[in-house]
Amino acid sequence: MPSHQSHLKNLDYSVVQQCMHCGLCLPTCPTYDATKLERNSPRGRIALMRAIADDRLEVTRTFGDEMYFCLGCLACMTACPAGVNYAELFEHARAEVEEQRLLDSPKRRLIRWFTVKWLFMDLRRLLLVGRAMRLYQQMGFQTLLRRSGVLKLLPKRLQELEAMTPDIPKEFSAEMIPPVTRAVGERKYRVAVLTGCAQDLIFSEINRDTVEVLAHNGCEVITPPEQQCCGSLHAHNGELGLATELARQNIDQFPPEQFDAIISNAGGCGSHLKHYSKLLADDPRYCERAELWDRKLKDVHEWLAQIGVKAPARDGQPPLKVTYHESCHLSHGQKVVTQPRQILKLIPNLTLVELPEANWCCGSAGIYNLVQPEMAGQLLDRKLKHIRSTGATIVANGNSGCLLQLINGVRQAGLPVRVAHPMTLLAEAYRRSAAPN
Amino acid sequence: MPLGNDTLAKLREIVGADHVLTTKEDLIPYSFDGTAALQQMPGAVAFAGTTEQVAAILKLANQHKLPVVTRGSGTGLSGGSLPVNDGLVLCLVKMDKVLELDRANLTMLVEAGVTTLTISDAASAAGLFYPPDPGSMKISTIGGNVAENSGGLRGLKYGITRNYVMGLEVVLPEGEICWMGNKCVKDVAGYSLRDLFIGSEGTLGVITKVLLRLIPKPQAKKTMVATYAAMDQAAQTVSDIIAAQIIPCTLEFLDRTTIRCVEDFAKVGLPLDCEALLLMETDGHPAAVAEEAAKMEELARQNGAKEVRVAKDDVEANKLATARRSAFSALARVAPTTILEDATVPRSELAKMIRFVDTVGKKYNLKVGTFGHMGDGNLHPTFLTDERNKEEMHRVEEAFQEIFDEAIRLGGTITGEHGIGLAKKGILPKFAGDAQMRVLRALRRTMDPNGILNPGKMFE
Ligand SMILES: Cc1cc2nc3c(=O)[nH]c(=O)nc-3n(C[C@H](O)[C@H](O)[C@H](O)COP(=O)(O)OP(=O)(O)OC[C@H]3O[C@@H](n4cnc5c(N)ncnc54)[C@H](O)[C@@H]3O)c2cc1C
Ligand code: SF4
Ligand code: SF4
Repeated sequence: MPSHQSHLKNLDYSVVQQCMHCGLCLPTCPTYDATKLERNSPRGRIALMRAIADDRLEVTRTFGDEMYFCLGCLACMTACPAGVNYAELFEHARAEVEEQRLLDSPKRRLIRWFTVKWLFMDLRRLLLVGRAMRLYQQMGFQTLLRRSGVLKLLPKRLQELEAMTPDIPKEFSAEMIPPVTRAVGERKYRVAVLTGCAQDLIFSEINRDTVEVLAHNGCEVITPPEQQCCGSLHAHNGELGLATELARQNIDQFPPEQFDAIISNAGGCGSHLKHYSKLLADDPRYCERAELWDRKLKDVHEWLAQIGVKAPARDGQPPLKVTYHESCHLSHGQKVVTQPRQILKLIPNLTLVELPEANWCCGSAGIYNLVQPEMAGQLLDRKLKHIRSTGATIVANGNSGCLLQLINGVRQAGLPVRVAHPMTLLAEAYRRSAAPN
Repeated sequence: MPLGNDTLAKLREIVGADHVLTTKEDLIPYSFDGTAALQQMPGAVAFAGTTEQVAAILKLANQHKLPVVTRGSGTGLSGGSLPVNDGLVLCLVKMDKVLELDRANLTMLVEAGVTTLTISDAASAAGLFYPPDPGSMKISTIGGNVAENSGGLRGLKYGITRNYVMGLEVVLPEGEICWMGNKCVKDVAGYSLRDLFIGSEGTLGVITKVLLRLIPKPQAKKTMVATYAAMDQAAQTVSDIIAAQIIPCTLEFLDRTTIRCVEDFAKVGLPLDCEALLLMETDGHPAAVAEEAAKMEELARQNGAKEVRVAKDDVEANKLATARRSAFSALARVAPTTILEDATVPRSELAKMIRFVDTVGKKYNLKVGTFGHMGDGNLHPTFLTDERNKEEMHRVEEAFQEIFDEAIRLGGTITGEHGIGLAKKGILPKFAGDAQMRVLRALRRTMDPNGILNPGKMFE
């Protein structure tokens, strides 16, 4: 018998047993839809987890592969009438796989060590790497290298990755946003904005736009310059210990008692951030504050809808057709579905066209597109097909991973479509209405 | 005989290596269906893509006396697609094409693995209507629906799967391919073998294609929810509606426990402070719908309904129906194991049956949530229990026995729509009687002399 602890066996059995195998989640699972194999379905995956908890199956490599073939999109949780907590099961299953080092290979170890354990454990490292990448892009090395054909010498996978490296913005959040932004007009609320890690690196403008929008709606906004990762990447990749450590650091940095709300503007992060109390349930020093933290944690759309967001004034802009792609973790994870649409509809010159299968995963799924490129590519194509069918010139979305995936997708497909966060669109509308005509 | 390597090799030849599963991790997810507390490991799973492949597999199985369990989406609630230990599971979900929609004859031809929802959507897109809508419709296959003769929420007015099957392509147990039925509304040539296959639970052959009857889409519909402080008031409303010669398409019922679970999941604004809820729908010509709806609302109020809410549009109506469809799974929120019953009584006896279930639940000290198709006397009392609690499971069994006996006494049946499978195998002989059992057995032996199809299910 292996000597380590089993995450699945230690999990409250009622969580494992909750699935009554009705199959109602199957049609909403993108991997089942693609293969029609039960193993690739929520019901099948839960059956495997339960088999491990029941000692009917060892934690095998095949099991590990299966847990990483799952997108973690949580569409199954929205579909499940029985209230199965797939998110929890899935995190523990991946943790089990990591603990047993089943998928271990030098290359995988290196990637995981670099991303999960080193890069995303300390914002300073991330910013440092970001600065290096910015330099690489600004100095024209990227264009030069891309043109030179040297990149062709890299293995195919690395070439694709290089093509996906995001454009690093000219400034990071801390360079653009002051630590305290005063409310425009009367101050009604005091909120903190989590500027995220990857978000900060790639989409710092979105953070700036978010802060601006909040200030416009009576919020004083606190954004400390040095923030940590929320830990979702770690939790989803089987590193629950590291995730717990980051949770403590975040609670220390943003004492929940001091804010009316703690705001996240990335669906994936928010979905994880709202469950710190689960991670810290056994930590007597933190458990109570973690519960308060969970209650205060709000997705920005959710918060704005709750406090009554101001409509921007009419302006002379030509009409725009916008469609909205739901981030999995915003819609399935946080059940924030109507609010982003409500907010988009407030923008005067904008018509919102519904995207078919708006809440079907785009294939980004954290770092899924890096590790399962084939499945991710299929999902992206499907998404692009639907975007095209709407005839929209803007696709709005509230999560950095999806934004990146979509930006790459429209670029490769040559689609004349802008990809933007709803906060950016709203901030632009506020700016237009403030500017003298 | 269990699966040998040479049999597996032949299987791979027939369907292609990618379509045969044998590893433990691949098989565990096929070791159960939608039924609680039943589990059995198959030896292999094979996916057929064509009728000819199905035929070849059955011939092979006959040679080796290999047990074959046909499977659709595995949502069955009587253990019908539960594998035979070490046997073969023949899964049809990859045969999922809609082959033809014939607007002149109002029929649709589909492969057996097409889901019920796909059929319903395809009909609707052509301005037509396929009424059978089991709660599992978004994933259940038409093959499974036919094999179980499934009902749904619209059974009262529109009937069940049987009423919409015009023809079937079936692979007989020894591998012969056979068409039964056609597009004719009238056809009396020989015994109606097609009807024999409807509800055959995978014991007489493998259904590979289904020719379905469609009807014009009703022009209008109205959906209402009435809530009551007492179960009897809901039951009386149903009786009064039918006595007034109104046949609504839906009269579904939920009790207090079920309402809470459903609302917890679906968040459609169901009131939580009532004992019973009726979901009522009438459809047809707009004038008739308006008149019937008004009358139904009046009858509901006369019987003491606390509130009658009328869905404002199709979106709300669909949400309410979807919420009702989730009832069974939603009950699993309360307890780890949900065992539901399917006893059915003539409509006139329904109120009696509901009260009886309530008494039995109390007598055996069990938690029960009841919902069901009140309009057709088909109730689903669901015991909320834990399969690891052997003592409680024993009480559940005893309670069921009493419920079956009462259903039979009231002129009802032991299963209205979920089938016998494994779950009710033990009580079929008593219900069916010696003569019926003898014919059933003889039929099956004739059709499947080697006993390879779903052995051990329905009866020995
Ligand atoms: C949440 C939920 C709600 C439900 N609601 C209803 C309801 O309202 N009404 C109702 O009647 N049932 C209901 N059911 C039961 C079940 O969904 C139906 O019996 C359904 O028809 C089964 O379809 P399936 O494709 O899942 O078949 P499976 O479960 O895979 O198989 C069922 C039986 O059919 C046989 N079979 C399957 N395909 C074929 C084929 N092609 N040829 C020959 N035999 C075959 C199998 O051997 C097995 O005996 C519900 C189930 C669930 C989980
Ligand atoms: S996860 Fe939920 S929806 Fe899926 S099979 Fe289990 S109980 Fe049913
Ligand atoms: S998380 Fe997504 S991919 Fe994984 S089982 Fe659920 S629906 Fe399927």
